[in-house]
Amino acid sequence: MSDQLVYLDHAATTSVFPQVIEAVAEQRAIVGNPSSLHTAGRAARRAVEESREQIGSLVGARPSEVVFTSGGTEADNLAVTGTYFSAQDASGGRRRRLLVSTLEHHAVLEAAEALERRSGAEVTLLECDGAGRVAPETLAAAIDADPESVALASIMWANNEIGTIQPVAELAAVAAERGVPLHTDAVQAVGHVPVDFTASGATALSLTAHKLGGPVGVGALLLKRDASLVPLTHGGGQERGVRSGTLDVAGIRGLSVALQIAVDTLDAELVRLVALRDRLIRGAMALDLGIRPGGDWVEGDATTRLPGNAHLLVPGCEGDSLLYLLDAAGIQCSTGSACTAGVPQPSHVLLATGLSDTEARGALRFSLGHTTTETDVDAALAALSAAVERARRAGVATGRF
Amino acid sequence: MARIVAAMSGGVDSAVAAARMLDAGHQVVGVHLALSQSAATLRESARGCCTIEDAGDARRVADRLVIPFYVWDMAERFAHDVVEDFVTEYSAGRTPNPCLRCNEKIKFAALLDKALALGFDGVATGHYAQVEIGADGTRSLHRAVDPAKDQSYVLGVLDAEQLERSWFPLGDSTKDQIRAEAAERGLAVAKKPDSHDICFIADGDTKGWLAKRLGEQPGDIVDTAGEVVGSHSGAYAFTVGQRRGLRLGRPTADGAPRYVVEVDVPRNTVVVGTADLLGIDRLTGTHVRWTGPAPVGRTLRLGAQVRAHGSEIPCTVTVLGGGDGLGVDGLGRDGGVVDGEAVDAAELQLEVDLDEAVRGIATGQSVVLYDGTRVVGSATISATGRRARAGGVGRDAQRSQAAS
Repeated sequence: MSDQLVYLDHAATTSVFPQVIEAVAEQRAIVGNPSSLHTAGRAARRAVEESREQIGSLVGARPSEVVFTSGGTEADNLAVTGTYFSAQDASGGRRRRLLVSTLEHHAVLEAAEALERRSGAEVTLLECDGAGRVAPETLAAAIDADPESVALASIMWANNEIGTIQPVAELAAVAAERGVPLHTDAVQAVGHVPVDFTASGATALSLTAHKLGGPVGVGALLLKRDASLVPLTHGGGQERGVRSGTLDVAGIRGLSVALQIAVDTLDAELVRLVALRDRLIRGAMALDLGIRPGGDWVEGDATTRLPGNAHLLVPGCEGDSLLYLLDAAGIQCSTGSACTAGVPQPSHVLLATGLSDTEARGALRFSLGHTTTETDVDAALAALSAAVERARRAGVATGRF
Repeated sequence: MARIVAAMSGGVDSAVAAARMLDAGHQVVGVHLALSQSAATLRESARGCCTIEDAGDARRVADRLVIPFYVWDMAERFAHDVVEDFVTEYSAGRTPNPCLRCNEKIKFAALLDKALALGFDGVATGHYAQVEIGADGTRSLHRAVDPAKDQSYVLGVLDAEQLERSWFPLGDSTKDQIRAEAAERGLAVAKKPDSHDICFIADGDTKGWLAKRLGEQPGDIVDTAGEVVGSHSGAYAFTVGQRRGLRLGRPTADGAPRYVVEVDVPRNTVVVGTADLLGIDRLTGTHVRWTGPAPVGRTLRLGAQVRAHGSEIPCTVTVLGGGDGLGVDGLGRDGGVVDGEAVDAAELQLEVDLDEAVRGIATGQSVVLYDGTRVVGSATISATGRRARAGGVGRDAQRSQAAS
């Protein structure tokens, strides 16, 4: 194992800003439930509400539109499931269709599929193009097939594996014209590319703290004031009554501090990371091993692809072999998204972009973040060709290539 | 120092094996094989080793040992080389041993090949067996010190090349010692029950599992005279030597219990007879593997073991095929050297004459040959029979010939 570890998996989780650690530690030391009426409760409430206002102003939402959750997964589940049941109630059961893109995170896909299995929903998968983008016409056609039956459309802002950014405003306009709420999972986008909730026209938006330098365990669903949601957790009626449970004051403060830093530094970081991303992609392609970027890649551009996402397709080998070899060389990256069972499956995102099962197995996701340097990128490039050559031999051994 | 993949099933044996490799100064990476495409989340009973819970147990051990851990997906290979082979063998009236097949095709082939390609020197497993390294560096496989746990039988399919790359660090210990050691090391799997039976048949009901795949194929149960004495719903579900589950309508005249003496798949017929017909003292073996240097000579005095926990019987082995004489310097997949030319062991056939008859040997089983504690090699039993006796007793002809 190498002594010098290079962390290029910021899309999984990124380093927490020191100022965040400080703010969280400070808040953790203070007693107080924001729902309590006494002095300690009021102090906690003030910390929460100041954070809420700050977060709202940073992402273009009113404070009342910020619903705190335990993270992105809960926000996605709340948006999909809560909206579905609410639409069911309001339409006498008529609105049962869920339109979700094929490259959604499992937090959206599985939530929709669970509703299909158990609660009468009908899931329509919205196809994307080879770059991983959903065309507004695709959404329009899916709604127009039977507009009165749609409960919700959900299309992510930016994909966690290949980094493709969707035309969210156009999609939201298509949905709004047809009276359909649009949810967007912006977990990978917030803090990395400009995100303005109101300007986007989306009805609901998921974000999480730990992808942008905040703590794990806190996130938010931005929810238009006129949007209606059935709560999934019942209890004390916190968060507009849609998300009961004592608020994590320290986590919420951590989120607001992290988001402030991320947004303050966004313009400069965006330019810096795009340059590093392009250096990594160009360098990998120059190895002459048939490597190409997954998704969409326009040099210098951060409107079509996340600035920190360098997803690579490596023909002739398995991602997990590459992962091992790079890990052994001190380079930490991912094959796509983390899998709890640890059993590598070809990525549904790559299959959705039209790749074959075999092509999809040779995927490698480097994701760069605020601690990434040029030295890190060059170390990854230096380790890559030996890893690919070896992984190809191992691929032959498994009989799959 | 070698770079080693420790195959970690999630059980106590492979956990201690990994720990011992680490203690011995090797660089160890834990690998759990995902062998099922739709792994159950939790174990059903104590059987098997293919669940996500098992993968989690293995990962916990690796974390505890502070070694990297990966799950390698071998489900397709396992389905093809082990599970399908198992079904095919049964449907041909043979009784396969899937653990041997898994060792031959997966653990010491697909896994080992991938490990070598990735730059490792070999694989360590929690099998109870010992490897001895001779003065010239050649390795030989030996029985474990704990006769109750000895697993050299299921490793008898390894050839010399595979053995060169295999480590079995548990062969000098008893199971109790391993459990105690796991507890001392603070490994949570110390008290985990042993897995047993066939890992891909979770409930242990092989007959039911086969019936689901092969469907019902009703046929007759006949006695050795050809008279119908019962019926069955698929000859594939029967194994020579089996007594239970025959549900015969008519008892024998003297009330003697009857056993399956032959499974005739082409005619979908199960033949039953009395215990004395089960005694087998001559085997024909194909698919020969030498676990080390190919032996010298045509006729060998060795010990034979025909099932995983069976006893060893002295025997005379005659090596057939591959020319007129066998040399000494052939290794591995070679059967030996004949007139200066290498012979593939696959071209050989073994005739094994057991000093004493053994009951209930089925075709498809493996015969593993021993010289003292050393594993010489193995072959798959393709035919069984009884050789003619001086007194003229017994059946001369080969009784059971596997359909091919």
